[in-house]
Amino acid sequence: MKKTLDTFAGPLSRSNPITTQVLGICSALAVTVKMDTALVMSGALVFVLVGSNVIVSALREVIPSRVRIIVMLTIIATLVIFIDELLKAYLYDISKQLSIFVGLIITNCIVLGRAEAFALKNTVWESSLDGLGNAMGYGLILLLVSAARELFGSGSLFGFQIIPDFLYVEHGGWYVNNGLMLLAPGAFIILGLLIWLQRTINGYTEE
Amino acid sequence: MGALRTFLDRIEPHFSKGGKWERLFPLYEMVDTIFYVPGTATAVAPHVRDAVDMKRSMFTVIIALMPALVFGIYNTGYQADPGAGFLQNVMTGGSAVVPLILVSYIVGGLWEVLFAVIRRHEVNEGFLVTGLLLPMTLPPDIPLWMVAMGISFGIVIGKEVTGGTGYNIFNPALIARAFIFFAYPAEMSGDPVWTLADDLTAATPLAVAASVPGDDAVSLVAAAGYTLKDMFVGLIPGSVAGTSTLAVLAGAVVLIVSRIANWRIMAGGLIGLVTAAILANLLAPASENTMLSLSPLYHGVMGGFAFGIVFMATDPVSAAQTDKGRWIYGILIGALCVMIRVLNQAFAEGIMLSILLGNAFAPMIDYFVLRQNIAKRQKAYAKQ
Repeated sequence: MKKTLDTFAGPLSRSNPITTQVLGICSALAVTVKMDTALVMSGALVFVLVGSNVIVSALREVIPSRVRIIVMLTIIATLVIFIDELLKAYLYDISKQLSIFVGLIITNCIVLGRAEAFALKNTVWESSLDGLGNAMGYGLILLLVSAARELFGSGSLFGFQIIPDFLYVEHGGWYVNNGLMLLAPGAFIILGLLIWLQRTINGYTEE
Repeated sequence: MGALRTFLDRIEPHFSKGGKWERLFPLYEMVDTIFYVPGTATAVAPHVRDAVDMKRSMFTVIIALMPALVFGIYNTGYQADPGAGFLQNVMTGGSAVVPLILVSYIVGGLWEVLFAVIRRHEVNEGFLVTGLLLPMTLPPDIPLWMVAMGISFGIVIGKEVTGGTGYNIFNPALIARAFIFFAYPAEMSGDPVWTLADDLTAATPLAVAASVPGDDAVSLVAAAGYTLKDMFVGLIPGSVAGTSTLAVLAGAVVLIVSRIANWRIMAGGLIGLVTAAILANLLAPASENTMLSLSPLYHGVMGGFAFGIVFMATDPVSAAQTDKGRWIYGILIGALCVMIRVLNQAFAEGIMLSILLGNAFAPMIDYFVLRQNIAKRQKAYAKQ
């Protein structure tokens, strides 16, 4: 039971795919300007990662090891195209903002990495937990980064104004949104601070 | 002074190991060494082979900054109202500049002491300079809370995350300035920010020189009323203390005579600037870009080049450490400054970014200088 819990909870913090393994950075920078895009992106990754882990794990006895990468990529690509079409049909605006980054989940190191490192060697149940844990670990960081970026960069969360209007310079106040947060370096800085915080809490040191 | 020494000696046991305020030792150490030269040697970089300690050398930098600061205060008032008298201008300038410096020192100082107490190291002397350099490079009109944000970022992200003074890759004051520049561009660039008066806009000479495509930069600057003499003396709109080449030169003399800043970096910067500007001049007839036609002399006295190369690029931690490396580092900064000014229309001024880029390259420059020296000596050894 302990091990099952670790499979799921480990990637949320101690072995987080972004802050510890430093995977999936590209999309973590690109889709975190606003929280809603980050949330949809995380949802898409949960679907793809759990799906690919379950399918790869179920087929692990029959996939010939020499062509396993191609087989896994085919499975992942199928899921990604499926979710991409789904977003285009039901969440067209957000899908436009996410643009190429949903499609790029195919090349997201986390997905292929978990299929290769975990799903090929473990049962379907464990693989689904591992996929869910990693995808949620990714989503958690995406939401934290995007919350900071949207709050300081645009003064809102999920598009709702948080910092009151009267504080802004345009309305007679003094506050100005932080433009750096809208640029990619802003995500790097927030991500770095998160890693700092996490390592301080977990007591992680570089070997 | 004797009474102060006795007092400091009497309270010392409370702060040293085992005392009740042991954790606050950095504070005691800071006060003690400000008033008295300590008997210990500096343990971490930057090392200077001299009888002075880090605090004494940083104080010398502060003294070198004084001409630029005093002139900057006067000029800030002068730009707001050229008609007012000298005293009035100093008062106006002071009431704008002194709060910037206070905010920078107080907020930055809080971060310094916080990290010193948590990490149990001494309060870093370099902060005396960092905390003064930042406000001197800002527009006089900048809101105080942005200064607080900037100095916090500079101290925490620019310095403490990489291990504190002696381990910072970039000049912390410039990191702070770059943060404000990219986070709040409306307060850091454009014509209205350079003067205190709300209804008065003033383009900096660099902005004027780039303003009309196809024209001649020198005549554009002249038409705006900026003479070469004004720009050399510094009676032009710009950042608080970065406008006066004359005052900066006075500071440069202090730094070079006291051997605290390395003259090779400054000379290299000048060579790089002149070479790049001459190359740009040669290309000028082929382009609509007026900045290409700006002569090296103008590049030298306009904007913050002099201030940057004398006070920022020579930071002993983030600059190159080998003599040959210092030449290359300086030339790189001077040339990049002209390139950014001339070729990138989004940035009227290039000295901040060029020094940061120079900082990034400094370790690599040193590495290759060292490798080359090793290779040379190996060759000499093999010949014997």
